[in-house]
Amino acid sequence: MTSKQQMKIEDIIAEYKRNPYQVFTISTPHTGIVSLKVTKGQKVQGTTGKWLERKGTLLYTLVRQGNEKRFYAPIDGEITDLDESLDGQFVEAKTPLMSIKHKLSKEEAINKVLEKFLEIYNAPETAKYYLAPELYQKIEQKGLKKALINPGEELLIMSRMKRDVVLNYEGRPGIIYVIYFKPNTTVNQGDPLLGICPPEQLEFISHLVKRIYLEWE
Amino acid sequence: MIELEKQLLFLEKRLIYLNDIKGEIFGERLNTLQNWLAKLKEQLYTLSAKDVQKNINKISAQISLYEKEAEKKLTPLDYVRIVRHPFRISLKDILENVYDDYVELAGADECNIDPAVVAARATINRKVGHRIYTYQVMVIGHEKGHGEEFRNGGSAKPWGNAKALQFMKVAETEGIPIHSYIFTPGAFPIEDYPGAAQQIARNLYAMAGIRVPIIAFISEGGSGGAEAIGLADLRLMFSHGYYSVISPEGAAAIEGKLKEGKKASPELIRFCAEQLKITAKDNLQLGTIDRIIQEPPLGAKREDYDFFNRLKREVIKATDEVILSVKSLGTLRAYHYKKNGYKDTDNIYVRWQLDEKEIQRLIQKRRQKYRNMGTNFYVDLRSPLHRKVSNLKDKFLYAKTYICYDLLRRPRRRIQQFSEEIKAELLVIFNHLLSPLVKLRNKILPPKLSYLVSEELQEMEKVCLRGGYVSPRAKVDKTISCPNAERYGCYDIWIPDLYSEFCGICPNCGHHFPLEYQWYIHCLFDKNSVKEFNAEIASINPLNYKGFDEKLEEARQKTGRHSAIITFDAKILGIELIVAMLYSDFRGGTVGAAEGEKFVLACERAKRLRRPLLAYVHGTAGIRIQEGTIGVIQMPKCTVAVREYLEAGGLYIVVYDNNSYAGPVASFLGCAPYQFAIRSSKIGFAGPRVIRETTGEDIPPDYHSARNALRRGHIQGIWDRRDFRKNLYMALRTMGGKNLYYR
Repeated sequence: MTSKQQMKIEDIIAEYKRNPYQVFTISTPHTGIVSLKVTKGQKVQGTTGKWLERKGTLLYTLVRQGNEKRFYAPIDGEITDLDESLDGQFVEAKTPLMSIKHKLSKEEAINKVLEKFLEIYNAPETAKYYLAPELYQKIEQKGLKKALINPGEELLIMSRMKRDVVLNYEGRPGIIYVIYFKPNTTVNQGDPLLGICPPEQLEFISHLVKRIYLEWE
Repeated sequence: MIELEKQLLFLEKRLIYLNDIKGEIFGERLNTLQNWLAKLKEQLYTLSAKDVQKNINKISAQISLYEKEAEKKLTPLDYVRIVRHPFRISLKDILENVYDDYVELAGADECNIDPAVVAARATINRKVGHRIYTYQVMVIGHEKGHGEEFRNGGSAKPWGNAKALQFMKVAETEGIPIHSYIFTPGAFPIEDYPGAAQQIARNLYAMAGIRVPIIAFISEGGSGGAEAIGLADLRLMFSHGYYSVISPEGAAAIEGKLKEGKKASPELIRFCAEQLKITAKDNLQLGTIDRIIQEPPLGAKREDYDFFNRLKREVIKATDEVILSVKSLGTLRAYHYKKNGYKDTDNIYVRWQLDEKEIQRLIQKRRQKYRNMGTNFYVDLRSPLHRKVSNLKDKFLYAKTYICYDLLRRPRRRIQQFSEEIKAELLVIFNHLLSPLVKLRNKILPPKLSYLVSEELQEMEKVCLRGGYVSPRAKVDKTISCPNAERYGCYDIWIPDLYSEFCGICPNCGHHFPLEYQWYIHCLFDKNSVKEFNAEIASINPLNYKGFDEKLEEARQKTGRHSAIITFDAKILGIELIVAMLYSDFRGGTVGAAEGEKFVLACERAKRLRRPLLAYVHGTAGIRIQEGTIGVIQMPKCTVAVREYLEAGGLYIVVYDNNSYAGPVASFLGCAPYQFAIRSSKIGFAGPRVIRETTGEDIPPDYHSARNALRRGHIQGIWDRRDFRKNLYMALRTMGGKNLYYR
């Protein structure tokens, strides 16, 4: 790894340490009279439940044409940038009311990094997926994070009701960094299947993930 | 010494049991006994056998005394405690001790489709004179299993009830009596196929016509779960059992309006247990059971062998009684029973098999039994004169249909067939004779294509929902959000638009907002065709449930009606039909004695007038708990009525709307061959809270949705509210056929 890359890692880690948060801005979806239900600095809870059926903390209500709508916190965090002057006022659509500062967990931070530096291959259809035999052999022999895939090579087999379709890789040559799916289980459309990284970035990403893993509090 | 040790152990168990059931009334006295027993145990090998025996006898006498004392002070809640105690007799104990031999069917212990339900082929011997006769029976029941966790406390899953039905059918094929033992706190509330509610309904429907005697014994009769195997010719109850519409804890949670996860106070639970009239004596008084089998003080335990002997005699006697009540006996035996009644059956041999005529008599008797249940627990508000007039009207109508359909049916059909034949013959002759002329005409004037489109359109217009009714909900000048707005991006809807033009349906995603039942009465049926009958049959408070009179009065004031069901004659494009409509404004659409009676009367009317029957469920929360087991027996009662109607050739269609849950779905609604749901409605056995509390598992928010019900095969289709009239008309035409339902 070059010293430049080393520096970059240090920068990213420092940046994360300085600000280990993700900020969600809460804006009104439409016009109406707002009444705020939270205070600055209040800790709020996001949507929970297996099916996301339990609503989070009530943030504000918005009344338009006599119709009162309630809006709940989408994620855990702390209320910041609350515009208290808007309480009881008529507001336009997309008016920012507050922000929720959400502290990233270790997994969230790693996923964020991976999303940024890896090329994510998503499921084109809801189906079962298998690695293409050649690729599978390569991974078996060399191990994950070592198998190289070139454009045009067979990547995956998409199987649905005994209809098998071979998916070819299109993109820059890359290394299979992470496999998100399990064989013989159905993956929903749009869910991530593989994370592929350019060969020159491999060491850099591995180091970065390792550092976050070790140093995240 | 081993014998003495055994006796000591037995005494110890009796003490534990006494303490568990009614320990609070003895206080220190029980401790003294316990200490005495513990000391004796220590000294077992130091004292002489004679002394030990003496002490044992003394302790035993003392315990017996306490047991008798406790027995006198038993409260309804204590019966619940007795029944749920792990020492209580279970079905396996009965199979071991009452029957002479048995083979368990479909599973053993844990390796079982549902360990909570046991089916066994058993034999029972009886000595008459010097001869021993062996009877074959099918024993079906719930197994609580003395604390075995996999038995689920005798809570049958849908497939457990399906298993029960399977072996009832086997017994029917083999022509042997069925003995069903009810030891269940309630059915396991899951919707997976075959569905808790639907399977109970199927069982009830089958039992209403099963061709062998069924004798039920109730120890723990938990509402719908009990009914799944409880529609019997004779229902006996153990003296220390309970039979209830809901567990006292469940009733307390409803009564106290408790939030999920909160426990009701012991006082409230005790209050509910007393109000619900759950004991054997209460049930005998209410007429929901036929007889009580006396148990030893504080209830039978698995070591009470005397009780098992008595039970065996009772089992034989009960089966004899059912058989004899329909059997054509030999002259001498007939004379004997005429003189002594069916009580003295010990010394007389009765064959437990019935011929065809006797089977028909048995089924008829069973149906009559359930038809007559609960008839004293509602009031008819009509004056005697009014009643007579409407009786006469009904009789005239029935006579008219009898003449049209029964007397003149055959000659009319003959004439019709004959004229059809003649017409067909004549057509052939005419075609032959006229064919040259037709050809000529066709050459000169080419035939025009007939335009059916306009006719079709006219027809379509006729089946559209009728207008002219504006929902009072439309009078609010506001907008409302669709619950699916987040998922489908639905815009806010202006309420006057929603409840008038849009029929309460979101124009974007099709979500159905609830509408009042009057909307359906006005928009669904032909103009001026709705004529209500039996509106004066009114719900009362048969158990004198505290505070219920006020609630009933409130419901009456609110709705201006007397019960939660409206039964009426109606027409759809001229097709006459009978409608029974359960609506949620009156006590949540719960079913009690009045509702059951009105439904049965509607079935009978439909049967007599040869009309299709529609059960439209605007909403029902289940059986009315304040009516206790009188409410529960509406399940078999109404199912029997439905079966009679269907067997007479009727067309029965059920349409669910809004929320339909529990008892009614698990009986007279769920047994319908054709069940449909209006979009956005919910159908199920138990609500999400009950499911979470009983199964300990969470369920997705759309668990009870109509779509999922369709997916599970509980219903046959989902209808849009706007197409209700059209679909109903189509259903009546296609399923009913040309002559509208009569086969």
